[in-house]
Amino acid sequence: MEETTLTPILQTKNLTHTYGEGTPFQRDAIHNLDFSVERGAFIGIIGHTGSGKSTLIQHLNGLLKPTSGQVLFNGEDIWQNKEFTRQIRFKVGLVFQYPEYQLFEETVYKDISFGPKNMGLSPEEIDRRVRQAAGFVGLDASVLEVSPFDLSGGQKRRVAIAGVIAMEPDVLILDEPTAGLDPVGRESVLENIRNYQKAQNATIIMVSHSMEEIASNVDKLAVLNHGKVAMYATPKEVFTHAEELIAMGLAVPQVTNVLLRLKQLGVTIDTSAFTVEQAKEVLLRKKEELRHA
Amino acid sequence: MLKDITLGQYFPGNTVIHRLDPRTKLILVIVYIVALFSAKSPLSYGLVALFLIVTVGISKIQPKVILKGMKPLVIIIALTGILNLFYTDGRVLVQVWIFRITVEGIISALFMVSRIILLIAGTFMLTYTTSPIALTDGLENLLGPLKKVKVPVHELAMMMCIALRFIPTLIEETDKIMSAQKARGADFESGNLMARAKALVPILVPLFISAFRRADELAIAMECRCYQGGKGRTRMRQLRYASRDIWAFGIGLAMLVMVFVLRGIQIV
Repeated sequence: MEETTLTPILQTKNLTHTYGEGTPFQRDAIHNLDFSVERGAFIGIIGHTGSGKSTLIQHLNGLLKPTSGQVLFNGEDIWQNKEFTRQIRFKVGLVFQYPEYQLFEETVYKDISFGPKNMGLSPEEIDRRVRQAAGFVGLDASVLEVSPFDLSGGQKRRVAIAGVIAMEPDVLILDEPTAGLDPVGRESVLENIRNYQKAQNATIIMVSHSMEEIASNVDKLAVLNHGKVAMYATPKEVFTHAEELIAMGLAVPQVTNVLLRLKQLGVTIDTSAFTVEQAKEVLLRKKEELRHA
Repeated sequence: MLKDITLGQYFPGNTVIHRLDPRTKLILVIVYIVALFSAKSPLSYGLVALFLIVTVGISKIQPKVILKGMKPLVIIIALTGILNLFYTDGRVLVQVWIFRITVEGIISALFMVSRIILLIAGTFMLTYTTSPIALTDGLENLLGPLKKVKVPVHELAMMMCIALRFIPTLIEETDKIMSAQKARGADFESGNLMARAKALVPILVPLFISAFRRADELAIAMECRCYQGGKGRTRMRQLRYASRDIWAFGIGLAMLVMVFVLRGIQIV
């Protein structure tokens, strides 16, 4: 037990993945990538298009097999045997981009139960998980018997996320879970994810293009660039490297931008704030300072 | 796995083969097929093969790519070979129980297999070197006379163009859906036939839905650009034959004539 708390729940060692090996289109999506995730953390992954984010996360639950290198779950190689790899898919839940396009069942209930059924659980346990998962994502019990195709886009997204949550994975990976949702939908999906993390003491890995979302949710942030982890630190630390981020085709949160601009204009101000609340504090402090001066 | 299917895919390039008029290429493919099915002797097969090899060489398409495209058809090719091998009467070479291999069987198996391989490779070359748009333009133009007898040539060409265009997209989509269902523990590789067929439902349903959605979006996009069928439609790129097309026709016809000549010699 001691050991499991010390070893990272997920870790990659020298992970390389080459697409189209042996064809003219051959290229390394990720190259000798080392990455580790501590149990219970909320990790963000950012990187411009083609930086290897999707390839990396598909390795973490064994959907893609490394060309070379290893993926370790609790220190164990996930490719040690076929059955173990399958079990990993249940322990590391992956919610793809636009997951609503994978819905297929006649009712929401049946769709959410697809994962747990594949796990070979008892009907009672499946029922409990489906209802609980629906609860996590804020789906009303009355929706369970409706066809998922009659729901709105945001509701469908919730059903799809619930379909993965119902497997009660130790690690939940989400690829841009809020893409294409309205602001209210975004915030509520993020809240659902946080609720799941708290209730199950789960580890969350979230890929996002929204710096605001990343800034206000994650404990630690990995920046991917050209198939490697360019930075891996707290958002506060990462966002102090604004210029490097911009050079990688990324950005810093809007509020950080405002502070950086103020600094450029000659105001001596702390630019490490990355959420609106923090920026408010900084600005109020500055205002006080100016009044006294 | 699914990404290996290259049927109907276009590999952009700027070789003479790529620049040939699509009509030339379409007619040459027909000429090629006629030649291939008229070929009777190893020499004439060799001639057709040479024509293909030269075309591949000029087009700079990697032979590996063609071989990869044939992968899904290996079973059909193998089956044809085996059937021909065992079910041709003639001089018996080996006999095991009810199976017997005849000299004629071996020959006809070899011929059939090389015929199928050449047929597939030849038609691949058409789609590999011709963009779907050029291809349908050419087809529409060639079938133009049929408009007189009320055949909806333009509509058919457009349908074909769209179908070709969406093959790679749908393959990509299938890959994505499969990954998503695998992430939920779907198992496509084990179980009996029934279980495997059932395992396809979680892929097929989303795939069909997305195909319909795409079709709908495409229809709207086309209407937004005032598409209303072929009538009165002009083209930005007019098809014109160039001297290279005449050369290509010449070479293709020469091959066909030689195949017929070889055939004549053999019959006599």
